[in-house]
Amino acid sequence: MLMLRYTLKRLLSLVISLAVASVVIFTVIEVAPGDPASFMLGMNAQPETLAALRTELGLDTSKPERYFSWVAGMLSGDFGTSYTYRTPVADMVQQRMWVSLPLALYALTLSTLIAFPAGIYAASRRGRAGDVGVMGATQLGVAIPNFWFAMMLVLLFSIKLRWFAAGGFVGWDKGLFAGLHSLTLPAIALALPQAAILARVMRSALLDVLGEDFMRTARAKGLTARQALWRHGLRNAMIPVLTIIGLQFSFLLAGGIIIEQVFYLPGLGRLIFQSISARDLIVVESVTMLLVFAVIFVNFTVDLAYAAVDPRLRARA
Amino acid sequence: MSLLSVQNLTLSIHSFDILHDVSFNIDAGEIVAITGESGSGKSMTALAAMQLLPQGARTTGRIMLGEDDITTWDEPALCGLRGNDIGMVFQEPMTALNPVKTIGDQVAETILVHERTTKAQAHKRAAETLERVGLPNDRFPLSRFPHELSGGQRQRVVIAMAIALRPRLLIADEPTTALDVTTQAQILALLVRLAREDGMGLMMITHDLAVVAAMADRIIVMRKGEVVEQGATVQLLHDMQHPYTKMLFAASAHEVTLPDTNATAPLLEVKGVCRDYRTPRKTVFGKPGKFRAVNNLSFSLNRGERLGLVGESGCGKSTLTRALLGLEAVSEGTITLRGEPVFTGTKPNLAVRRHMQVVFQDPYGSFNPRHRVARQITEPFYLLDTPPTGAARQQAIDDALIAVGLTPADADKYIHEFSGGQRQRIAIARALIIRPDLIIFDEAVSALDVSVRAQILDLLAELCASHNLSYLFISHDLSVVRTITDRVLVMKSGEIVEQGKTEEIFTNPQHPYTKSLIDAAPVLPDLKGLTA
Amino acid sequence: MNRSLILGCLLSALFILAALVSFVWTPFDAEALNIPVRLKGPNNTNLLGTDHFGRDILSLLMVGARTSIAVALVAVGIGMGLGVPLGLWAAARRGSLIDEVIMRGNDLVFAFPSLVIAILITAVFGAGAINAIIAIGIFNIPVFARITRGAALSLWEREFILAARVAGKSAARISFEHILPNVTNLLIVQGTIQFSLGILAEAGLSYVGLGAQPPTPSWGRMLADAQTMVSIAPHMALMPGFAIILTVLGLNLMGDGLRDLLDPRLRRMRT
Repeated sequence: MLMLRYTLKRLLSLVISLAVASVVIFTVIEVAPGDPASFMLGMNAQPETLAALRTELGLDTSKPERYFSWVAGMLSGDFGTSYTYRTPVADMVQQRMWVSLPLALYALTLSTLIAFPAGIYAASRRGRAGDVGVMGATQLGVAIPNFWFAMMLVLLFSIKLRWFAAGGFVGWDKGLFAGLHSLTLPAIALALPQAAILARVMRSALLDVLGEDFMRTARAKGLTARQALWRHGLRNAMIPVLTIIGLQFSFLLAGGIIIEQVFYLPGLGRLIFQSISARDLIVVESVTMLLVFAVIFVNFTVDLAYAAVDPRLRARA
Repeated sequence: MSLLSVQNLTLSIHSFDILHDVSFNIDAGEIVAITGESGSGKSMTALAAMQLLPQGARTTGRIMLGEDDITTWDEPALCGLRGNDIGMVFQEPMTALNPVKTIGDQVAETILVHERTTKAQAHKRAAETLERVGLPNDRFPLSRFPHELSGGQRQRVVIAMAIALRPRLLIADEPTTALDVTTQAQILALLVRLAREDGMGLMMITHDLAVVAAMADRIIVMRKGEVVEQGATVQLLHDMQHPYTKMLFAASAHEVTLPDTNATAPLLEVKGVCRDYRTPRKTVFGKPGKFRAVNNLSFSLNRGERLGLVGESGCGKSTLTRALLGLEAVSEGTITLRGEPVFTGTKPNLAVRRHMQVVFQDPYGSFNPRHRVARQITEPFYLLDTPPTGAARQQAIDDALIAVGLTPADADKYIHEFSGGQRQRIAIARALIIRPDLIIFDEAVSALDVSVRAQILDLLAELCASHNLSYLFISHDLSVVRTITDRVLVMKSGEIVEQGKTEEIFTNPQHPYTKSLIDAAPVLPDLKGLTA
Repeated sequence: MNRSLILGCLLSALFILAALVSFVWTPFDAEALNIPVRLKGPNNTNLLGTDHFGRDILSLLMVGARTSIAVALVAVGIGMGLGVPLGLWAAARRGSLIDEVIMRGNDLVFAFPSLVIAILITAVFGAGAINAIIAIGIFNIPVFARITRGAALSLWEREFILAARVAGKSAARISFEHILPNVTNLLIVQGTIQFSLGILAEAGLSYVGLGAQPPTPSWGRMLADAQTMVSIAPHMALMPGFAIILTVLGLNLMGDGLRDLLDPRLRRMRT
């Protein structure tokens, strides 16, 4: 019952966020210099082409009408038709998504796999050499721009060692392994700086929890320091860590946009840059909305995960 | 042979000396109270007995449990000891339990850590243990989470965790300090019962001498890391040797004599005051509920009167304080000071506020750490239309500081340069500086050590004589209220259940709640010939 | 003073100094093309080598530091200038509708990663350093609003604030007189961190062509230029990369060091 209430409340907030975000994106596109149609076609457009595009974009109808038909279209899976490619945006997005989404998930997995052990190790060796070493490494990791790191990976593993291709994506039809192989360098480039952040959050969350009274209670029961950390510390430390994982996923999706440039990956990022240079606002609008949807949705999932971790949240809803 | 024998224990943490040459014994089935003011090292003594000392701690001396010196044990052996041979109960039940685990799991964990048994078996024993500490399973199933329990109930869970394996020694570190009087009495009774039933040694750490005198077989008095005196309770109480012990008991029983006052003109009048708060919805689409924190409250305070207000946590004291100060609107009723309402429309009435000041409980949180004392205590001047400037302002600052026993030179210092007692004096100076008609003391001496508390009470009595104070003294501490007020209100669940002359109420309470409060409060035995 | 704080201050000072000196002196004219010496590795004449147009990389880095500082500084300014008052306001009216609106607005901005904001702005208004500043700055607002509100909320529970309320001071007055001075430390620390994040973000945006435009030198653009040359002239990618890493590292170390130095809670824990 409480869980249901909590879920409904978060769901309501998800819907409101999406509604406001869509209005914001729609408005920004609408304020394009001139109107979207003349902006897309540039200075030298033929009046007939311009008129045709205006009709296609529905510019002859009122703004609210246009907004609602855009939203209604997206809700039914119709993202409009790309002006430059003359194909439905939904198809293009779907195709690209199969690169961007696996890349983000791959990177998130790597980042978590690196960060959790590193953070737990550092927290349990607080102030000693192991802690100082891990923290020094994360300081460096946080400072490295991922796209530069990507270039270095290419230089080392593709150009010098020739273990990986320098760019491009073989496609999933070549098999899961081949697909993952061609996403490995980009995923590492994305994951390492994020892992550094996550490890620091993990460590400090654990250290905060270690100072809690109930950790002392656990030791007084006869638990070893390690048992107390695993049985009582970790789950309480997960609350701030989950927040960061949620933020990171959205960052990885967006950060992927830049990394896709380095590796020439046919993902959402390249699509969006191609669309920007082609002034294809229809694609830009829908892909941005999609990215924002992904972020909001991930945050919603994180909120639900909180409640699973912390019984107090379920009660407070 | 003793159950626990601490021999010449000396402890330092990062070169700070915490304990010096501490020695004492606890026998099986014996209740030993270790008492002293803050900084006496009593809690560190408890942690040393558990060998749960902070990092950087170095000890010399021996801690013998039976025939073993546990200071020589390695960590795995100590883990086998903690929770099994020695159990521990902590001060703060609100934070001592893991918020994300059920109480059943947490009690069963003690058993599972030490014994090879099944989970089901451990849960069964956990249920029995909870039953034993007064949490019957039909009302408190194992699946409860800590946040669903009250403070007293949580402390029972902590006790259940500590005694689940029937340890030989139980250490209780200020186990009732965070609890209300009636809950405190129950928890203390529970601890004594468990110790007696199991023949368990009980090391009781507490600052409250009344508690000590009521339950301990033996008393150990500590000061600044040293044992100054120890002995059997009866003997020690009647034949104190050390001046510090005498001072401590005298300060605990400290009484002041208030100057006579002729209080007939009404100053503060509260009529039919109610205050409601909204509570969260219970169902998905239900209406938000209503919680009445203060219900139909009426009383008056005359000019020159010293009025007390006692009640346990959640009785509506804080709500009433905020309403009196005009910080919040009331839902119904009126509050007037000198005939004027403290709150008009949607705004506090600042013209009335200037005749009223407040002193809070926490001597550390009451001051902005970034301002000097002069700026802190002149803050109420903001209420005046023409605040004094220049020499007049300086004079007011000096007068206020001198009145509370500080010096004018203190005005230029920052607050961290003062002790807790001095800070409370500064808080009183801040209240006095605009010469208000009424001061509200909101648990103003509750956070202080007994010796400091006695001094502040003396100061209040002096100020009553010199400034003809009228005040409302809000406290949960009955002994303090008894000595510092002329009349008292007893509050329960947002209502005044009894009011009258302080001495009459205390000697002849009428309402059952007042009776239970007075019965539950531990009292010091009558000790003659003590001076602070 | 701990060692990492000193190292952080040194690195940050070096970076700021490089930017300041570049106004009056650089080893070479940063914009002068010198094709004959193009793609030279580090040597005695060009300490950090030259790029594909024969420009001196050290000089470019020095001038590029100006762009980084300008973008990051203004972005932090926007974030603080709007975020801190919003956070104070939300905390002063905690639990009210205005608090809810401000915090939900924050969440909403968080849903637009700065890159997405930058993309939107660039798509509509074209690329440029100003748009990069706005994109990073907007993203900074909720960061500062949130941290200010969080710290202010716990301060509002303190009794000295209650004493100020009893003295009849308004919420706005209390916010500026009592709350703001007590959150300054936190803001300085967060400011340093956001500053370093701003430098990273500017580099990223310029790298994909959404930030500073030619001829403004920028570290991110230098890296974009280097990408196609990375196999024949790795120093073109290495040098700007090192510049970014050392600067960000320096600022982060300084932020952490300041936090330890300024946070009395941590100080107490250490003693």
